[in-house]
Amino acid sequence: MCFQQKMIHSLFLINCSGDIFLEKHWKSVVSQSVCDYFFEAQEKAIDVENVPPVISTPHHYLISIYRDKIFFVSVIQTEVPPLFVIEFLHRVADTFQDYFGECSETAIKDNVVIVYELLEEMLDNGFPLATESNILKELIKPPTILRSVVNSITGSSNVGDTLPTGQLSNIPWRRAGVKYTNNEAYFDVIEEIDAIIDKSGSTVFAEIQGVIDSCIKLSGMPDLSLSFMNPRLLDDVSFHPCIRFKRWESERVLSFIPPDGNFRLISYRVSSQNLVAIPVYVKHMISFKENSSSGRFDVTIGPKQNMGKTVEGVVMTVHMPKAVLNMNLTATQGSYTFDPVTKVLTWDVGKITPQKLPNLKGMVNLQSGAPKPEENPSLNIQFKIQQLAISGLKVNRLDMYGEKYKPFKGVKYITKAGKFQVRT
Amino acid sequence: MTDSKYFTTTKKGEIFELKAELNSDKKEKKKEAVKKVIASMTVGKDVSALFPDVVNCMQTDNLELKKLVYLYLMNYAKSQPDMAIMAVNTFVKDCEDPNPLIRALAVRTMGCIRVDKITEYLCEPLRKCLKDEDPYVRKTAAVCVAKLHDINAQLVEDQGFLDTLKDLISDSNPMVVANAVAALSEIAESHPSSNLLDLNPQSINKLLTALNECTEWGQIFILDCLANYMPKDDREAQSICERVTPRLSHANSAVVLSAVKVLMKFMEMLSKDLDYYGTLLKKLAPPLVTLLSAEPELQYVALRNINLIVQKRPEILKHEMKVFFVKYNDPIYVKLEKLDIMIRLASQANIAQVLAELKEYATEVDVDFVRKAVRAIGRCAIKVEQSAERCVSTLLDLIQTKVNYVVQEAIVVIKDIFRKYPNKYESVIATLCENLDSLDEPEARAAMIWIVGEYAERIDNADELLESFLEGFHDESTQVQLQLLTAIVKLFLKKPTETQELVQQVLSLATQDSDNPDLRDRGYIYWRLLSTDPVAAKEVVLAEKPLISEETDLIEPTLLDELICYIGTLASVYHKPPSAFVEGSRGVVHKSLPPRTGSSESAESPDAAPSGGQAAEQPAVIPTQGDLLGDLLNLDLGPPVGGPPIATSSVQMGAVDLLGGGLDSLMGDESEGLRSDVGGSPAMGSGSGFAPAPSTAMPANLGAPLSSGLGDLFDLTSGVGTLSGSYVAPKTVWLPAMKAKGLEISGTFSRQVGSISMDLVLTNKALQVMSDFAIQFNRNSFGLAPAAPLQVHAPLAPNQSVEISLPLNTVGSVMKMDPLNNLQVAVKNNIDVFYFSTLYPLHILFVEDGKMERQMFLATWKDIPNENEAQFQIKDCSLNADAVSSKLQGSNIFTIAKRNVEGQDMLYQSLKLTNGIWVLAELRIQPSNPSFTLSLKCRAPEVSQYIYQAYETILKN
Repeated sequence: MCFQQKMIHSLFLINCSGDIFLEKHWKSVVSQSVCDYFFEAQEKAIDVENVPPVISTPHHYLISIYRDKIFFVSVIQTEVPPLFVIEFLHRVADTFQDYFGECSETAIKDNVVIVYELLEEMLDNGFPLATESNILKELIKPPTILRSVVNSITGSSNVGDTLPTGQLSNIPWRRAGVKYTNNEAYFDVIEEIDAIIDKSGSTVFAEIQGVIDSCIKLSGMPDLSLSFMNPRLLDDVSFHPCIRFKRWESERVLSFIPPDGNFRLISYRVSSQNLVAIPVYVKHMISFKENSSSGRFDVTIGPKQNMGKTVEGVVMTVHMPKAVLNMNLTATQGSYTFDPVTKVLTWDVGKITPQKLPNLKGMVNLQSGAPKPEENPSLNIQFKIQQLAISGLKVNRLDMYGEKYKPFKGVKYITKAGKFQVRT
Repeated sequence: MTDSKYFTTTKKGEIFELKAELNSDKKEKKKEAVKKVIASMTVGKDVSALFPDVVNCMQTDNLELKKLVYLYLMNYAKSQPDMAIMAVNTFVKDCEDPNPLIRALAVRTMGCIRVDKITEYLCEPLRKCLKDEDPYVRKTAAVCVAKLHDINAQLVEDQGFLDTLKDLISDSNPMVVANAVAALSEIAESHPSSNLLDLNPQSINKLLTALNECTEWGQIFILDCLANYMPKDDREAQSICERVTPRLSHANSAVVLSAVKVLMKFMEMLSKDLDYYGTLLKKLAPPLVTLLSAEPELQYVALRNINLIVQKRPEILKHEMKVFFVKYNDPIYVKLEKLDIMIRLASQANIAQVLAELKEYATEVDVDFVRKAVRAIGRCAIKVEQSAERCVSTLLDLIQTKVNYVVQEAIVVIKDIFRKYPNKYESVIATLCENLDSLDEPEARAAMIWIVGEYAERIDNADELLESFLEGFHDESTQVQLQLLTAIVKLFLKKPTETQELVQQVLSLATQDSDNPDLRDRGYIYWRLLSTDPVAAKEVVLAEKPLISEETDLIEPTLLDELICYIGTLASVYHKPPSAFVEGSRGVVHKSLPPRTGSSESAESPDAAPSGGQAAEQPAVIPTQGDLLGDLLNLDLGPPVGGPPIATSSVQMGAVDLLGGGLDSLMGDESEGLRSDVGGSPAMGSGSGFAPAPSTAMPANLGAPLSSGLGDLFDLTSGVGTLSGSYVAPKTVWLPAMKAKGLEISGTFSRQVGSISMDLVLTNKALQVMSDFAIQFNRNSFGLAPAAPLQVHAPLAPNQSVEISLPLNTVGSVMKMDPLNNLQVAVKNNIDVFYFSTLYPLHILFVEDGKMERQMFLATWKDIPNENEAQFQIKDCSLNADAVSSKLQGSNIFTIAKRNVEGQDMLYQSLKLTNGIWVLAELRIQPSNPSFTLSLKCRAPEVSQYIYQAYETILKN
């Protein structure tokens, strides 16, 4: 008999040392040995991040993601949209995160029965069933210390025994009967700058990846409208399903009935065609001398277009070439570490004060006799700017319809470095 | 207190302990025990022995316990079918429960228990659940139909569940619609012929409405289903596109990509002049770019798909080059894909940026990536001609770094640059030669040797360089050995005086000291060539080679179109159609893009309309000789499809046998001999214009000593038919008896009232009776193929001849041949299979309706660019204009107008080939001059020369 399983056949969770610590089969049991193909690929890739996400084996396909030091490896038997599977796996990881506070091997092992119940609830015969956290939480209650104590005393259970109300309404993302004493709606506008800066300091590529993360604790069925001072900035946007697309198209207003709790309202991209401000500059001098097994390292970080705000939380990480044995550096500010095994230099700078620019300089010791390293390391910079959305996006107002009470509203802006790289 | 405690039971007697706990009277203890069982299951332990005990816990009103038992059942029911029956009653009862959650859970779990006996009991509850008042139950039941179908398809059909499922497409709840679509799609996949998803404008409308309201996963199912629909016209396609575009802004990348698939497919139907077409193009770019900011796994899949999209519609992302720039901490699989797309998007406008990036990548740490980056620079040079110089200088900079693998890659790509732009950048050869010693990879060594051989006349010490390689000849890889052999022969032909010793050395190394058949045979071929006719050798070996084409790694257009229909699937990740790799795919249907609707066609491509000849307009892909031979050997010598049966069944049995036995021996020897590539480099396939000698050489001769083999080897001309005199040329010998074990074939071609035939005389010069004849043609430029089997009614006795007229048609498969009118033929009889090739006169392809309207003629003549015009002289022809006109008319060359200009007669003529190519001619005749001037204009200028030959043939006979 030929089984044809649509979508996901089985799921294996594997930790970094290669132990399969959980398996779930939605149909017939697939032997663990199928993971050998995955281990083979893992060995070839050397770095865990480099394991290809789609692997073919003689009878199955393995589609995997790597999250929080865990590989989620799904087994597929027929043609299937890989993005579907990958999105679903990320959703599984998100759910674990949401339920257990972290998505780790320990957390999963500690809650293995809930994990199993969740997986069963999320996928039926390969069709995703309930993946919205609002719905899941009504079906299977998340563990809390209090509840597990209460449960063990009273013998009551984690499993909801009524049908989640939102499941079938036209707003599947929101549960009914929400009640709060304090009604609050918070929006975090978070922008990350992805940039590649070349040797000479000019921008090769820059764009802003923005999201608006929301925390909505409103009673009843509130209907919200969020408008912006400058909505034209948003020309490439992905929406949470709750947003009414037509309203956005015609009026550039975000109109929605929100899910309860934390969720991502929109994500957007401000592309390199528009001008993206670069808030820091880096002056660098990294050189290796021929035949002397040493080199010089001198890096200064300074503020640039930061709109008058303080740049803080600055951290620089550098993957130094293999031939580097050690580094003797002096930092005018913050502290640095160099790991001689991974060759990673980390400099925790902190806040940049324009009066006295942070500088890190000193000598690099190379393996004696090794040829001068050819590659120049890229500098990876992290930073944060509070109370600023670097694109200039600003929320105009938030209106609520459908409920009578007056909610407390708040908007917070923050700009961070995303993949911000300076080539040397 | 956490669940990890469930793992801590002692190994010894574990099962026994659990058994006791499961049978405990205390509810709480029971539940704990089931949890322990589940925990063991999660790590792959076999706890199936507890089946009866766990099933006993099923009758409970505690939902959590019930769910846990169900979980267990699904895992183990298959291995304990008899026990599973015990659970049936509870399932049936639960399906009647007042709580919809329990009804749904029961029907869902029952469907997952893949035990035949249980499925019988499932039917009634399922029927009820499909019509349940609660949509949650209905949508769960819909999926259950698909599960049941997988277990027992017949049962599902008999019970009428499919019709119920179809009705659910009109359900009021969008989630139910989505699940019904998903279930039907899955069932339809295993029944490609069935008309389950009978999509029509009404059902499409329902799907589009549900699309807006259902969950993200449901949207994916619906979009994938929509993609299979074929809109009836461009207006319907546009309206579907309009309703699908909002999905491009969805946060779920799988929804986005499925929407992209629908749009890419339906766009095919829209006219490019439409405003909406442009709008749609613009809308597609941002979501694709956004996918690249997602997690690396998503990026990878997105990039593989973008790779297809960029090949199909480069205009979508042409301004987005920068988003494909590589970040140093991208995973390697993302880096390599980005690089690939960067090259596809490279154009004159952005090449400077691209090159600067590529140069940056070439100094990175990851060796694989660096290599690919260096190659990419070479590909840019070949793709964007204006950038070639810059690329070469970038490559030289990289060579100066002396990083070993960078230098080697650079040399490999510089070789390709030389093949694209010969005689342009030899100034760099000196730099390349400096690095000779550091090359340790075969591909780089072979490339360097190729360069030295190709430019031997400009490298003073070419002989020394090549000699240095020769010392370790036997330790080199085959690639390098072959290249060395060819390079030294080239050197010898260019500088014969100083290098005689060298060439002798390499020939003897290749032929006597090597047991590699390719090397040995190529050695022999060179040796014989050189010793027979050095002038001919020079013409062959040093012949001008065609330039390499721009992008060699493009996906072939029909495959690309098919893959566009599979955007977002595994096929799109592997760039192979699903039929090529999905296991157990039952009857995969090939998908194709919808045709553009009629009205826009002519407006869009005015220049394609009149010529449209596939053969001549195909890109100039030169098949390797290996391919040609392969094609011939693969010929199916059975009777052509549709023709009357050739003979009794026993004869056909014989044919099969013959093929099996005869071909083995042929393949072994022949392919060895012909595969080795004369004149070109092995890495580049056959670049030379060296026509293959199809199998006229006897296999035995190839291995024979030099002295005796030469005569046979070069006696090729006798096998090739030549054009001769009259309208129907007299028959010439195509296959001499000595080459075909006594069978002699002579023949000619003719065309009469619209039908082409091949007139053959078969003569038996052997001593035994010949029978069981069959004929087959290789693919050729105009698709000539036998229209009927070769009918030889009686066996052919020794010394007997038979005349046969074999009707031909032009519906066979097409492959461009060189020369264009070359036809390779295989003939089989009871003795063996024989191959020969012949040239057919092109006028047999001139069709009867080749007379063009005057106005049309004028317009077309103007429209064809001047560079397509070819002029020829027809000498020694004494006919006057009218006689010429009527003579040509007999062969379907029609005179449209005649003018007299300054005493010269100008004839304007047209003709049309069987594949629809029009040729326009102007024939100038001066009364006193026996030499006519013929000007030909055609959109496929390759044919002109052969048309001229036809003119000459017709006029002189």
